[in-house]
Amino acid sequence: MINIVLLTLLVVIAIAIIRMKDLFAAVMLAGIYGLLSASFFVVMDAVDVAFTEAAVGAGISTLLMFVVITMTGRKEKSIRHKPLPALFVVIITGGLLIYGTLDMPYFGSEDAPIHNHTSPRYINDSMQEIGIPNIVTSVLASYRAFDTFGEVVVIFTAGIGVLTLLSIARTKKNDEEIESINDSMHQQHLVVRIIAKMLIPFIFLFALYVQFHGDFGPGGGFQAGVIFASAIILYAMLFGLVTARKVINQIFIQLIAALGVLLYGSVGIVSLMNGGNFFDYNVLSSNPITGQHLGILLIEWGVGCTVASVIVVIFFNFAGRRELQQHKKPSQDKESSK
Amino acid sequence: MEIVITISSGFLLLVGSFLCISGGIGLLRFPDFYTRMHAVGVTDTLGAGMILAGLMILSTDFLVFAKLVMILLFTLLIGPTTSHVLAKAAFHNGVIPKGSNNLKQTKEKESTSSII
Amino acid sequence: MIIGLFNHWVVIILMMIGLYIVIAHGNLIKKLVGLTIFQTSVFIFYISIAKVDGGTAPILADGITQYSNPLPHVLILTAIVVGIATTALGLSLVVRIKETYKSIEEEEIQQQDNEEQLTKHKTEDSA
Repeated sequence: MINIVLLTLLVVIAIAIIRMKDLFAAVMLAGIYGLLSASFFVVMDAVDVAFTEAAVGAGISTLLMFVVITMTGRKEKSIRHKPLPALFVVIITGGLLIYGTLDMPYFGSEDAPIHNHTSPRYINDSMQEIGIPNIVTSVLASYRAFDTFGEVVVIFTAGIGVLTLLSIARTKKNDEEIESINDSMHQQHLVVRIIAKMLIPFIFLFALYVQFHGDFGPGGGFQAGVIFASAIILYAMLFGLVTARKVINQIFIQLIAALGVLLYGSVGIVSLMNGGNFFDYNVLSSNPITGQHLGILLIEWGVGCTVASVIVVIFFNFAGRRELQQHKKPSQDKESSK
Repeated sequence: MEIVITISSGFLLLVGSFLCISGGIGLLRFPDFYTRMHAVGVTDTLGAGMILAGLMILSTDFLVFAKLVMILLFTLLIGPTTSHVLAKAAFHNGVIPKGSNNLKQTKEKESTSSII
Repeated sequence: MIIGLFNHWVVIILMMIGLYIVIAHGNLIKKLVGLTIFQTSVFIFYISIAKVDGGTAPILADGITQYSNPLPHVLILTAIVVGIATTALGLSLVVRIKETYKSIEEEEIQQQDNEEQLTKHKTEDSA
């Protein structure tokens, strides 16, 4: 029953997003959309996924879009090109897809084909084979480790892409000027800054808890990485980029992103060298279960490092670009007025 | 003993839910931004706090209890802060509280003087 | 019958809303928001076919016999994080387009490109 209400709300929000001319409101609604879908995932028993979606869909992606909107302007032009052909295409495609669903198994049915192939093995045997209670983690990090490796590489590549597109050489002088502006803001943000100072250690602690508790409850490298990054982003937003750059060395963070992927890959290579298959952790230790535990721990560390540092790199590059643009603008105005 | 626990937790949950609903109604019915925000702020702190307290009384496991206490502490920290930031941002961007003419005039004066 | 397929239909509606935004709106950020909606609808689809009636979250515990299917959860978990990484890449492209063209409306960018090509042709003709 709850899921029907949530899905209906999702549709309402999606329609509202179409009608919004103000990009700020549209992005905000997209954040609410992310949060609602996270609650839907909880109802559907997908606690790990809900965790990730709440951190990513409602948090980080909304934030990144806001940063971009401050650079590009928040109003959408009212011209819409070809709304009628678009509607036509959408209705035809949607109709065909709905026709396709008529043959699908009903929601929640136990004998659907998806539940009868590989997943019984995961549910019945994973405790003997891997030895950890959270099936999602054992599938993610052990049975399908190669797949996850691919995903981590994709995230890493996206980070490199953002770096090549947006990174800029900074000059010391600019930094100092911006810093003085930041200091003058201190009075304005006093309350938020103090609260954030109190909260940031807890956020880090929570991220580490999620990282290491992933074997037993919902959690793991992906979620922990996002939470860790969000603490750093919170700090950067409240205390200014220049201060945050002093605390967190950018070169170091980029190195960590690469090291995470390296750690992940080398676990696979070590298991190859010990005579097993790629990512076969049984050979990592004399006891297969201990080997599995060790392999999953290392791999989750690799994932956590890469995800956290890539998201931090992405945010710092966006915000740095914005800072430079806003810094340039006044000086250009001065020149033009001369 | 058990009856006391059930009744007191039920009472707390009921009051909490009522506060949440009244906050929702206030969001829809109140005239301007600041009063609406006040309504939502009540939901954030008191409503959620009551519901958490009700659940705390019901919890038998110590771990669950500890988690609920932590959630309560964090909501008490974060809720008022977000309200504060929202109000500040609104005032900074020139949203004037309804019925405060003095404030309006000073704000206008400020803006005209800054233009000059 | 209707309840049985309701989830799938909502997924399709959400997907089509996303597609419509991507096709019919000229603003590049709005297009990315549309893409996010499209993406999330696929997540919802995967997660809702993983649900088994009477099942619980796939974390092994004593006394529970019915679990929901963990495999789609794994696929979507990684897909969400990959999704944010690719969205960030798209957003950085938007930033660069804004810097070059001073606009993020598809139509204006197209117009500028056309004008540029016209002037190029003219100079070539005159040469």
